[in-house]
Formats: sequence, C-alpha cells, structure tokens
Amino acid sequence: MKNYKTIILSNQEIAPHYYRMRILAPDYHKMASPGQFIMFRVQRALPPLLRRPFGIFRIGCLPADCDGMPAKEYIEIIYKVVGSGTEIMQELHEGDRIELLGPLGRGFELGDPAEEKILVGGGIGLVPLFMLAEELVKSSRVRLLMGGRTREDIIAVTEFERLGVETYVSTEDGSLGEAGLVTQVLERKLMKYPQAAVFACGPMPMIDAVQKICAEHKTPLQVSLEALMACGVGACLGCVVKGAGHSDAEPRYLCTCKHGPVFRAEQLDWTRLDETESECGGCK
Amino acid sequence: MAEIQLPESTTRRPRMAVEIAGLKLKNPVMPASGTFGYGEEYAPYLDLNQLGAIVTKGLSLNPKAGNNTPRICETVSGMLNAIGLQNVGVDAFVRHKMPFLEQINAPVIVNFFGNTQEEYAEVAARLDDVPGVAGLEMNISCPNVKHGGIVFGTDCDAAHEVVSLVRKRTSKPLIVKLTPNVTDIRVTARAVEDAGADAISLINTLTGMAVDVKTRKPRLANTIGGLSGPAIRPVAVRLVHQVVQEVSVPVIGIGGIARAMDALEFLIVGATAVQVGTANFVDPNAMATVIDGLEEFCQDEGIEDINDLIGTLEG
Repeated sequence: MKNYKTIILSNQEIAPHYYRMRILAPDYHKMASPGQFIMFRVQRALPPLLRRPFGIFRIGCLPADCDGMPAKEYIEIIYKVVGSGTEIMQELHEGDRIELLGPLGRGFELGDPAEEKILVGGGIGLVPLFMLAEELVKSSRVRLLMGGRTREDIIAVTEFERLGVETYVSTEDGSLGEAGLVTQVLERKLMKYPQAAVFACGPMPMIDAVQKICAEHKTPLQVSLEALMACGVGACLGCVVKGAGHSDAEPRYLCTCKHGPVFRAEQLDWTRLDETESECGGCK
Repeated sequence: MAEIQLPESTTRRPRMAVEIAGLKLKNPVMPASGTFGYGEEYAPYLDLNQLGAIVTKGLSLNPKAGNNTPRICETVSGMLNAIGLQNVGVDAFVRHKMPFLEQINAPVIVNFFGNTQEEYAEVAARLDDVPGVAGLEMNISCPNVKHGGIVFGTDCDAAHEVVSLVRKRTSKPLIVKLTPNVTDIRVTARAVEDAGADAISLINTLTGMAVDVKTRKPRLANTIGGLSGPAIRPVAVRLVHQVVQEVSVPVIGIGGIARAMDALEFLIVGATAVQVGTANFVDPNAMATVIDGLEEFCQDEGIEDINDLIGTLEG
C-alpha cells in the first residue's frame, strides 16, 4: 500500500448517475488483489474533507506507444453520484490531479477451483466482483447474479460476459431481466448447484438476505461490506462491524477497512448487522 | 510519498526541539489521541521516528466496546465522531502495543480515561512503572458515572479532585486534556494546574450533532458526537490563547491543524507544541508535512530556534 499523487486518465458517465474513472496507478498490478479498495482524495481544497473509499473494478495497462510514451498502468473505479464527494468527482477530467491511497484491506479468498462460483452483485456493489471474476474464470465456472432497482442500476454486465461469466439479471421493477430480487435467483441457483461458493457485494438488506440463504444451504459465503470511513487504515474505528461472538461484555469489533472489506460469513455477527447500512456510491 | 532531496543549505537549520513537562521533543508535532491508533496503523505511510512524540488512542482500565454505527459523519470542513472510546484496555495495551511503540525514537505519551475517579487512578498507576511510557495524557471529557454522568472536565471541582488523585498515583509527566464544552475554560485550566498537571492540552472535540433530513434520524447512532477538523480551528486558537495567559505550565494546542500555517497560529499564541488530529485521516503524511513546513517557515523568517516563536503574539 502506498499514498501518492497521480492523475485521472478518464472519467465518463456510463449510465445515469454512474461514472467510470480511470486513474494512473503505478504498481497496482503488483500490489492489489481482488476485493481491495482505495481511498480517493477528491481535491486538496475543501470540501470534501475526508477521502472517499472505492472498490477497485479493474487493473489495466495502456501499452507504450510509438511516440515514446511509456506504458501506463491504471485502475478503474465505477461510482454512483450520491453525495457531496461524488458530486465533485463527476466534474473531474483527464489530467486532473488527485491523491490515491491503497490498495487497502483484505480481498477475496479464491477457494477451491472445483467449486461452482456464484457472484451476487446489487447495483454499485458489482464493482469489486469484476477483478474477482477475472481471477476465478481462470480455473472455475463462474456465474453472476446481478440485481438492481431498475435497469439503470445494471452496469458493466457485458464486461463480465466477455470474460465468459454466465450472467443473470434481475430488476425490482422488471425493466430489465427477471422481475424481482436477485436473492430469488440465488435460491434457484443454489438448488441446482449445491456445490457452489458465493461471493456477494451490495446493499446491506441484500447481503443480509444472501447470508440467510447461504446459511440454509450450508454454502460458503464471502461478503464485501460497505461502510463510512474516515481513515481507511484501521485508526479511526469509524467503520467497525460486529464480529462473530460479539457481546457488550466481550466486544469483537472488526474494522471494515482493515479486517475487511471482504469477510467470510462466519466471521461476522449477523444478528447485529442491521444497523450498519449507509448510503454511499460504490464505496466500501 | 517520496522525500524531496534538497541541496545542503548554507544557512543553519533552525532548532526545532521543544520541552514539555521534562519531555524532550525533537519538534513540536505529535498526533492527537484517537486519530493515530496505537502508531502501528500509520507506520506503512509515515516514518514515526520523525515525530515530536506519539500519543496513543485513549485507554481505559478494561477493554471498551465503543458505540454502535454509524460512528462518523462528515460535516462542513470537519467531521463528527462518536466512536465511544473503543480500546483494548490498559493491560492489553502494555502487552501487545507497547513492544512496537518502544522501538520508536520518539517519546510515547499514553492517553487514558475513566468513568470514575478510581478508574482514572488505577489506569495511571498501572502505567506508572511501564518502561517506554514517557508521559501520560489524561482525557477528562468523560462522564463521571458515580455523579449523574456529569463530565469531569466541565466541573472544576470534579476536575481538580480527579487530577489530584491521579497525580498521587503517577510519577510520569502528566498532561491534562481539556474539553472546550465549558463556559469559561480558564477556570478548568487553573483547577487542573493547581491539582498538579505538568502540562495542559486543548481542545478536545466540540460536541455537535447532524441530522439526515430524509430519514429524520441523527447521522450518528449515538445522536451526539464530537466535532473536529478545520472547522473548529478558530475556536481552538481562541481557547489556547485564553489558557496560556492563565497558567504557567506548558500548553499543547489541538484543533483543526492540517498544515504548518495552522500549527503556527497555535505556537504564536503560546502553545509549546501541537497535536494533529483529523488531518491524519485525510493524509497519512500530514504530520510530516507540518514538521517540514514549520522548519521551512523558520528558515524563511530567519528564526533560529522555534522556541523564539512561541508566545510572540503581537498587539
């Protein structure tokens, strides 16, 4: 993990309120693993004061060109404009200078290649699953169950398809794919593929429902959580979640930023996760 | 971030060392308690050896769970927090966190708190013979559970009593950290000095609140939290200014410091050292930037010793 000043390579709207940003990010190939995140300093001036956390969507490289420009390693993030930080971010352009801290946190464990892999993404929660899919397709069968409120929340699905991931889309209003919740699709898939491992990221009610389904089917589950963060390195203790076995007498708080953002389901106290929902745009 | 190598200057480098309650600091910059964990969290980003001192997260006698989430929320040029003083407890700190801190070439100041007088005294006593603990910083912004939850630091008699008691139980330099949430901070400052404080640090966070207008719920699970960040700096500078005129012990200025210019305001009004808090969250390298900036300012202004700057407010 490093903290450095860098520049934006591109920042484009890909759907209403959704943006894809490419940031020049040397060494991320060597440093980052699927599920990790970055803290993005929007600008040196205020506001916003605090950095914003974002899951890494993809790491890529622009090849060296014949004009002598060296190869450029970059990371891609996808974010939804929801608040003061992301409102400023949507105005940023190629060449704008920003500060990047990362890669941070613990990512996904890839698990046994023989398992069927089922990824469950809700809206902007899809973001950290792409890098994971890139790794998993090398040795396993991978399916993506993608859910959203409406068709505008279904992003980047074709990119998963290009990796060879079988994708199933559902929207709550039925405007794209199956009408209903992504968790209904998950239940059907788990009936069909009992030897699966599930990886989920999305809003807390979705994560909660996915956990209940996986617990019933005794399916291994890893979740990537979102939380409000100030520091991203485990110092402020603002982003904690209750770990398994937590009680007031024996507190077992885990930092989403440092012990997560990816947790195995059995690490967490699911009876107490209800109060942790936050409104953030693709942040961890 | 890469350090910029400057050519050897012909002018002499200014002396940056200051002394507080017998503690020799190589420069006047240290983290504010609760924004720097136990030091190790920031070691990947910042050379801890360059700091004037290290101030740990606040410790209680027993481990403390802290509050429910959400615990933080950003406000205009600041943030509210209600972490709830989550910490590992004094014994676990000594066993698991001190070994790392002992290797750092900077005095370790251990922040601590209690909810009863006895708890304060007991934590101080347990830290008294711990090698590597250079000094103590006592957070008196906690409710006294035996007296209706009134905050020690908002009642000058309670503050005097608890500091006197701690004073008897520790031989280490004792810094008392004041709450700004009082009518007249000079009264509390005098009380803790009289009770035996070797130094005073201020300000702790200002109490505040924010509301999510859509859900009509408080943004913090705890409803009320502590405001920090650049937004509170003018308030902090004013309070430090008032306290330095009232007491003879050294004062450490805290509140919204992110750059050298901010730290200089506190030094000029009379603080001997400063603590950097929320800025550490924004930039893990913030304290290094402040230290470099202070040195540069002294060089530019022809100040040979940073002590010559302290308490030089004009007019």
